[in-house]
Formats: sequence, structure tokens, C-alpha cells
Amino acid sequence: MTSVLVIGEATSAETAGALAAITKELLGAAVRLSADLGGEVACALIGADLETPAKVAIAAGANTVYVADHVSLAQYQIETYLPIAAEIARRAAPTVILLGQTSMGRDLAPRLATRLDSAAAMDALDLAVAGDRVRVTRACYGGNARQVVSVLTDPQVITVRAKSQEPLSQDPGRTGAVEAIEVEVAKARATVTEKVTAEAEGVRLEDADIVVSGGRGLGAPEAFGDLERLAAILGAAVGASRAACDLGWYPPSQQVGLTGTVVSPNLYIAVAISGASQHMAGCSGSKNILAINKDPGANIFRFARFGLVDDYKKVLPALEEAFKKVMAKS
Amino acid sequence: MDFIVCVKQVPDPEAPASAFKVDEAAMKLLPAPGIDPVINPFDAQAVEAALQLRDAAGQGAIRILSLGPESARDVVKQALAMGADEGYQLSDPAFDGGDGWTTALALTKAIEKIGVPDVILCGRQAADFDQGAVGSVVAELLDLPSVTVLRAVALEGEHIVASRVVADGFETVRLPAPCLLTISNEFGDPRYPQLRQIMQAARKQVTVWGPADLGLATDQVGAAGARVKMEALYQPKTETECEFIKADTAEAQADLLVRKLREAKIL
Ligand SMILES: Cc1cc2nc3c(=O)[nH]c(=O)nc-3n(C[C@H](O)[C@H](O)[C@H](O)COP(=O)(O)OP(=O)(O)OC[C@H]3O[C@@H](n4cnc5c(N)ncnc54)[C@H](O)[C@@H]3O)c2cc1C
Ligand SMILES: Nc1ncnc2c1ncn2[C@@H]1O[C@H](COP(=O)(O)O)[C@@H](O)[C@H]1O
Repeated sequence: MTSVLVIGEATSAETAGALAAITKELLGAAVRLSADLGGEVACALIGADLETPAKVAIAAGANTVYVADHVSLAQYQIETYLPIAAEIARRAAPTVILLGQTSMGRDLAPRLATRLDSAAAMDALDLAVAGDRVRVTRACYGGNARQVVSVLTDPQVITVRAKSQEPLSQDPGRTGAVEAIEVEVAKARATVTEKVTAEAEGVRLEDADIVVSGGRGLGAPEAFGDLERLAAILGAAVGASRAACDLGWYPPSQQVGLTGTVVSPNLYIAVAISGASQHMAGCSGSKNILAINKDPGANIFRFARFGLVDDYKKVLPALEEAFKKVMAKS
Repeated sequence: MDFIVCVKQVPDPEAPASAFKVDEAAMKLLPAPGIDPVINPFDAQAVEAALQLRDAAGQGAIRILSLGPESARDVVKQALAMGADEGYQLSDPAFDGGDGWTTALALTKAIEKIGVPDVILCGRQAADFDQGAVGSVVAELLDLPSVTVLRAVALEGEHIVASRVVADGFETVRLPAPCLLTISNEFGDPRYPQLRQIMQAARKQVTVWGPADLGLATDQVGAAGARVKMEALYQPKTETECEFIKADTAEAQADLLVRKLREAKIL
């Protein structure tokens, strides 16, 4: 009996054909939830060239992997993926379905839940079992509050935020079954005609150990050049507030926050960012925040471990030199 | 080409964090004194998208649909002032305590009653519970193709061409009407209504429907029909003690900071 079905990802550009990190995290969560719910963990993989990802899914905790492998499924499209996901869900009959809060998951989950005559809880930060329900802790009101919800109908469809769950350690000794799903690819009314990758070069925001972000207080797009230099010294990724992105100073793919990327680096350096709740929703999971802001009353200092109250223009050149020295040593 | 735009009234998401208070026992947000609720910002952008698509099509009606308390009439009026033609409000105490599912179900019934238009527009998420689900649920109930989180939309003959924001860039999606689109902030600022339009909108009638008008039983709406139950609502404690780094010169300040970061094993 399957208690938890994970809808995995292995085809998105960011995973380059490997099993996505989020899917391993979901499988880790699924194993922990199923221990309390009773039952097994299944994983659905929809895409192309899934042989290796299916093996990895087993090593990451799946007892059964349902594989829908077809060239025409190489890219996520809701109309081709949804009927297959629903078919696998009917076959596995889980009480819980987990998806990542990703471009795919946020699009697929509400329609999948509705097709299965249930409902979805979006963007979980934490999962806990109470009886046969999963209690989902999630952020709301722009990150100002948390709510705990449970889905009363089955299957309980839940999307989960990246990096909020620990994966199991990958164990190639784990065994499991792979079941191929006969694919009848639905004819899509909506078709993807073009894909443009617009990610900045260098370290990916989500994966970076250090992130340097700039806000509206930078005053001009050129200042992002200074942040990029600083980032290069530290091996960091560069992010931006929505205000800076809306002004066209930096690409929207680098926006940090509620409607941008959620980051949780070891060090988040916020330069000329006020610390609005919607921005903090994307970076308050950072282990340490260093804020540089000329206003001592800025909200960002409520979250920061270290603060520099000054004009960033005065601070950055000296900081660049100091970082250079210390990085050369280490 | 006809449109329906779903708009929700939400507590002002730009209100300062210090004005934000919840009543944990009642699991409700306390209204911030002196700060009025607003149209969900993404929904204002969805209205803007409808206006632009209608301009491109040359003609068509834009209808505004909102489920909420009586005060939600303000956001319907705002959308009318921006240039929409008709307003519909789903308002009845029986709708209270609903969730995304009951909201989507009621909106769907209302859309069917009005007549399914060529394009239904929603915001990417409502800036209260930040779920981002209702649009997709409506599309599923109506069996329409949907594209979510859009930064741009255009008409190409009979087709809609939408630019979808994805994690690593953008996707162009081409689809026929009827369809449902959800709009993201990358779309750009919505227009401000002119005074003359505000006055015209003030005079427009807004049709108000309750569950019975939609053919819904009382156990299909509001708290009785909800599929997601709230168990708790609280404000997370975020306060960390900030250590301010001060020194006489920028260089000394930078050196001191780096030393602290080293000591804390952050660098
Ligand atoms: C529904 C919704 C979703 C949103 N989603 C996001 C999101 O995902 N991400 C996001 O970032 N925002 C988001 N926002 C916007 C958010 O509310 C803020 O408006 C935004 O984060 C502000 O950006 P900022 O801090 O760069 O600009 P501001 O708030 O204008 O702050 C600029 C800061 O720079 C400082 N400053 C100015 N000059 C200098 C100088 N020379 N040196 C040092 N400091 C200086 C100022 O003191 C100020 O604190 C969202 C808003 C809404 C309503
Ligand atoms: N009560 C409502 N009335 C009208 N439209 C709504 C309502 N709730 C949600 N919507 C629409 O659905 C979108 C997503 O909402 P949500 O799923 O609640 O985040 C919103 O941006 C609106 O366009």
C-alpha cells in the first residue's frame, strides 16, 4: 500500500536529466511521513530518458517508481503531464501526494488535486503527521505570518519548498520496483514554442553558500557591477530585490523573495535593501545576514546578525579589499 | 473577445511589518488601523492585461468578478474605473471561512452563469494567503487550458501568446481561446484610473449573487464546504540581535567585519 506519492522532476533544464535535488528532499520527507502514516513510498517520474533518475529515486527512498518515459515528454507541459500524473495517482492510490514548490509543482498541484477531487496546500515549510492528516506549516501574508493547515480530503496534495526537507543519504543498496506506464501523450491545446534561459552566469542563486543582493538604494544599475565583483571574490551568487528588478537593473530570474527565488545560504549580504517582509520571505532562512544600509532603522537590521550603517558607496571598496585579503589566505 | 477578471480584496501587503498583528486564538488578521484593504496587486495587473488584450482585439467586454465581504465592492469599482465594463460580486455570510476550493467552485459557477468568456484572468496569487491555486482550480473545473505566472501576453490572430516566468528564464506558450491566464508582477504597473472614470464607475451597478444564485448548497460554500482546514495562525519570532560594526575609517570597519566573520566561522 502506498501512503505517499512523490511527483518527481528529472527533466527540467536545471537538473540536466538527473533527478532533481528537490525530488530527493521530497523522498526523504515521504519516508519520514510514511513511517507515521503506515505504507510505502512511490515516486512518479514523467519525462524522457528516465532510466538513471529512476534508479536514483530508489536509492533516495522510493519503494516503487512509476516511469512515464517518452521523447515528447522531455519538457514539462501541464496538458501532457497532468493526465499521466493523475493516472499514476489513481494506480498508486496514496493518501498524500508531494510535489516541489517549483515552476512545475506550483502549476501542476492545484489542477492535479482538483482532478482527483481533492485540494492542495501550497509551499509547505514543515510537515508533521497528526492521525491520518499531514499538518502543513506555511508562510502567509507576505511572510509576516505562519499558518498550519491540513487537507481534509484524500489525496492530500502538498507542494513543498526547496531545501526545507532533508534528503536521505543516497543508498545504492536500496531496492525497489520500476513500473513503466504506457504513455498515450495527450494532445495539448497550449504549446510551448520557445524557451529562453535568462539565468545569470556563475553560481546558481539557490545553491550558493554566499549570496550578495542589491536593492533600490543602490541608485543605479551600474552598482550591480560592484556587487558582481564582490561576489566573484567570495564565490557568491548575486541576487536582487524586486524593486531593483522592476527598475530593470537586474534580471527577474535573480529576484529574491516571496515571488522570486528562496535562498538559504550560509551568508546573505543585503546591500541597500530595506528588508520588506516579502523580500525577507525569500532570505530569512539564511544562517547569517549581513546588512549594509544607511538607515539605522531599516527593517533588515531586525533579521541581521551583523550590520553596517553607512552609505554603501563608502563601504564596498574597503570591503572588497578586505575580502580579497582574507580569501587569498584561505 | 470577452474577458472575465477575478479580483480579490486583500489587506494592504505594503503595510509596514510593525502594523501587522494576528489574533492567534481567532486565527484572524487584525485590521491595521488606518490602512485600508486593497485590490490584490497581481489582480490589478490582470485587469491591465485584459485591457491591453481587448485593445489588441479591437472590441470586447471585460467583466470583473470578486468573492468577498461587502467591502470588496471597492476593488470591483476600482477595476471598473480602470476601464472594465461590468462588475459581479459574490457576497453572502455563507461564503465566510471558505478556502481556495470553495472560492474556485463559486467563481466557476458564476463564470458559467455569466457565460465562459474567451479569456479568464487571475493574479498569480492572492497577497493574503499566498497560495497561488484558485486560477488553476477554476481552469480545471472548466476544462480550459491554463498558463500561470505570466510576464506578458499578446494576441496573434485567434491565438494568445503568453510569456511564462520559470525558474531559469521564460517560456513562450501559444494557446487558443477559451483559456485561463494568471498574471505575475513582471507584467508591469497597472494604469491609474482617471477622475472621470472613477466617477463613472461609482455610478455603475454591481450585480451581487449568493450561493443560491449559483446553484450551490450551503454545505458547498464557506467553512462548510472547505477542504483545507486552518489549524493555527501565528507570527513567527524573527528577532535576532544585530551587532553593528563601527570604526573610524571604512578600511578599519571592513577589517573588523571580516575578523568577526572569521571568528564566527562564516568565512
Ligand atoms: C505581493 C507582493 C510580493 C512581493 N514580492 C517581492 C519579492 O519576491 N522580493 C522582493 O524583494 N520584494 C517583493 N515585494 C516588494 C517589497 O514589498 C518591497 O517593495 C521591496 O522588497 C523593496 O525593495 P528594496 O528594499 O530594494 O527598496 P526600498 O524599500 O526602497 O529600500 C531601499 C533601501 O536602501 C537604503 N539606501 C538608500 N540609499 C542607500 C545608500 N546609498 N547606501 C546604503 N543604503 C541605502 C534605504 O535606506 C532603504 O532601506 C513584493 C510586494 C508585494 C506587494
Ligand atoms: N475571493 C476571490 N475573489 C475573486 N478572485 C479570487 C478570489 N480568491 C482568489 N482569486 C483569484 O485567484 C488568484 C489566486 O488566488 P489564491 O489561489 O488565493 O492565491 C487571485 O490572484 C485572484 O485572481
